[in-house]
Amino acid sequence: MSRIKNCFDKLKIRNRKALIPYVTAGDSDPAVTVPLMHAMVNAGADIIELGVPFSDPMADGPVIQRAAERALEHRVSLRNVLAMVAEFRQQDSHTPVVLMGYLNPVEMMGHTVFAEAAAEAGVDGVLTVDLPPEEADTLVAALHSQQLDPIFLLAPTSNDERIKLICEAASGYVYYVAVKGVTGAGNLDVSAVADKLEQIRKHTDLPVGVGFGIKDAESAAAVAAVADAVVVGSALVQKVEQAAGQHDRINAEIAGLLMQMRAGMDAK
Amino acid sequence: MSRVTSTEVVNVSQIENTNEPLIGQVPDNRGHFGVYGGKFVAETLMVPLQELQDAYDKYLDDPDFIAELDADLQNYVGRPSPLYLAEGWTRHLGGAQIYLKREDLNHTGAHKVNNTIGQALLAKRLGKTRIIAETGAGQHGVATATVAARLGLKCVIYMGAVDIARQAINVYRMKLLGAEVVSVESGSKTLKDALNEAMRDWVTNVDDTFYIIGTVAGPHPYPAMVRDFQAIIGREARQQIQQQAGRLPDALIACVGGGSNAIGLFYPFLDDRNVAIYGVEAAGDGLDSGRHAAPLCAGRPGVLHGNRTYLMEDDDGQIIETHSVSAGLDYPGVGPEHAWLKDIGRARYVAINDAEALQAFHDLTRIEGILPALESSHALAYATKLAPTMEKDQIIIVNLSGRGDKDIHTVAALEGIEV
Repeated sequence: MSRIKNCFDKLKIRNRKALIPYVTAGDSDPAVTVPLMHAMVNAGADIIELGVPFSDPMADGPVIQRAAERALEHRVSLRNVLAMVAEFRQQDSHTPVVLMGYLNPVEMMGHTVFAEAAAEAGVDGVLTVDLPPEEADTLVAALHSQQLDPIFLLAPTSNDERIKLICEAASGYVYYVAVKGVTGAGNLDVSAVADKLEQIRKHTDLPVGVGFGIKDAESAAAVAAVADAVVVGSALVQKVEQAAGQHDRINAEIAGLLMQMRAGMDAK
Repeated sequence: MSRVTSTEVVNVSQIENTNEPLIGQVPDNRGHFGVYGGKFVAETLMVPLQELQDAYDKYLDDPDFIAELDADLQNYVGRPSPLYLAEGWTRHLGGAQIYLKREDLNHTGAHKVNNTIGQALLAKRLGKTRIIAETGAGQHGVATATVAARLGLKCVIYMGAVDIARQAINVYRMKLLGAEVVSVESGSKTLKDALNEAMRDWVTNVDDTFYIIGTVAGPHPYPAMVRDFQAIIGREARQQIQQQAGRLPDALIACVGGGSNAIGLFYPFLDDRNVAIYGVEAAGDGLDSGRHAAPLCAGRPGVLHGNRTYLMEDDDGQIIETHSVSAGLDYPGVGPEHAWLKDIGRARYVAINDAEALQAFHDLTRIEGILPALESSHALAYATKLAPTMEKDQIIIVNLSGRGDKDIHTVAALEGIEV
């Protein structure tokens, strides 16, 4: 059974919602990432989304753009990111890891080679932001052949037809982007999110994660009340930026925010 | 480093064995030009892109829309643009006769307006109140700001900080036209980053905003839509050359950045198999230097800005910085239809370096009294190589895609002259 499905099944039994932090691999330098992944698990993360840096992050706001630039200053490649996951797996065999990024680095490696290398490293899911299901046949087939979960985005603009198409292509979970905009955008409307989740759940039994606009314990708790998982990215990456180069401080600040979110989500 | 392939890789046999028409063959209904093109964007934009496609399909068959577009092209843009036999320059080169398709004489000084007029009319019919665009040399930004001013639409132009510095006149023109020009400070601070930023704006303001992409790249339906709006260049040229010379040309030459002026000239000639087609990329400091903007000549396929096409990228799949003296060609990708035309061998893609383009800029100015844009100067420079290899009764049409007034400061600075 996939680590992701296993994770959500266990959470369901305990009536808990998943907390999914996102950080960009190699930000602020390559040595930060693996210890930070462990620190996030200790602080209550259930699944880790690890960003693969790309030179042209079209769907990201300034915070995550700058994270990619910092990582690319150290020439962090997709292969480096896979090596980080393999290193993380030496000490943690149960926390699912999802790679999140753009298609071109995967294209360059080749879909089959990438899927094999990702499975070998201990990756569980792959979310390529600029790959809608219409174009995803070969990558999804390559991922499935390695028992990896293709994760897809849903958006406020997705209609019933697209929700159905996306949920059929996805496994593991689906990720609902709560606001029209890039990562790090503000105005989260929880009641609108709740309405959309109702529409999405008519089409799928997959867990639904919600991200974009979640920045503190309060917003995490509000989203956890309606979603199966809470994804937090820019709020964490901002802390990496503020503490760039100071590894202990990065771990402490991110763990601190995640613990607050965890407490908020579990309080209800 | 990207793998350098020959600039002359042409598989002519693939198309010579078939007489199947190429016009109307691509893209398919999902926007694919062979293996290129497509729709590679975040989910939020998928429905808006479908709506754009539906609107475009509808208005393409709407006589009222076509009549309005034609009237604007005639009375506002000044079409048809002349096809001019450059006799002095032809004599100077001593070979084939060279005709110039004078897109530099359009309102706003380049071919870009053919497309912005069309897309702005679509925006108006879709009830959008805000227009955004990316620009490199500033020509597309000016052409967009112009139509936005005329239609009373709010207009925001994204432009890389590097390009803002080297195209100051166009920046001021856009501001005079009432547009807000946003300086893009991310990445290489050039056209590709301006496109990223415009996409980010669109995904955020998709309800009231129409994104006018300036070239035949981006997600479907943009490459096909922009081609169709620009194809008036080739339709006119095909008719004009038959009126003036009594026959079709032997060769077409156009510069290729994203490739909109080139596809506009080439497309109506695709089924005239005896007409050779040459797309000219920017070799910058030379293809061997790594400092160039020639993905078709020296790049490899990948996915960027919503479509699969040839790119300038490194072994990790990161997009690499490009270089050209011409801001409008300084782009790491190229329209997917050009990628397809290269692979099937119907068009040949070559590269011209900065020095060669500058020489052509001076030659045309001195010999014909026509100041060409640095982008168009790349096409002109290739004509200086091709024409002498051809007979004197043969004909070349070069797309003079824009005028060079905007480049005077760049050229002067390169030559150490203070203007």
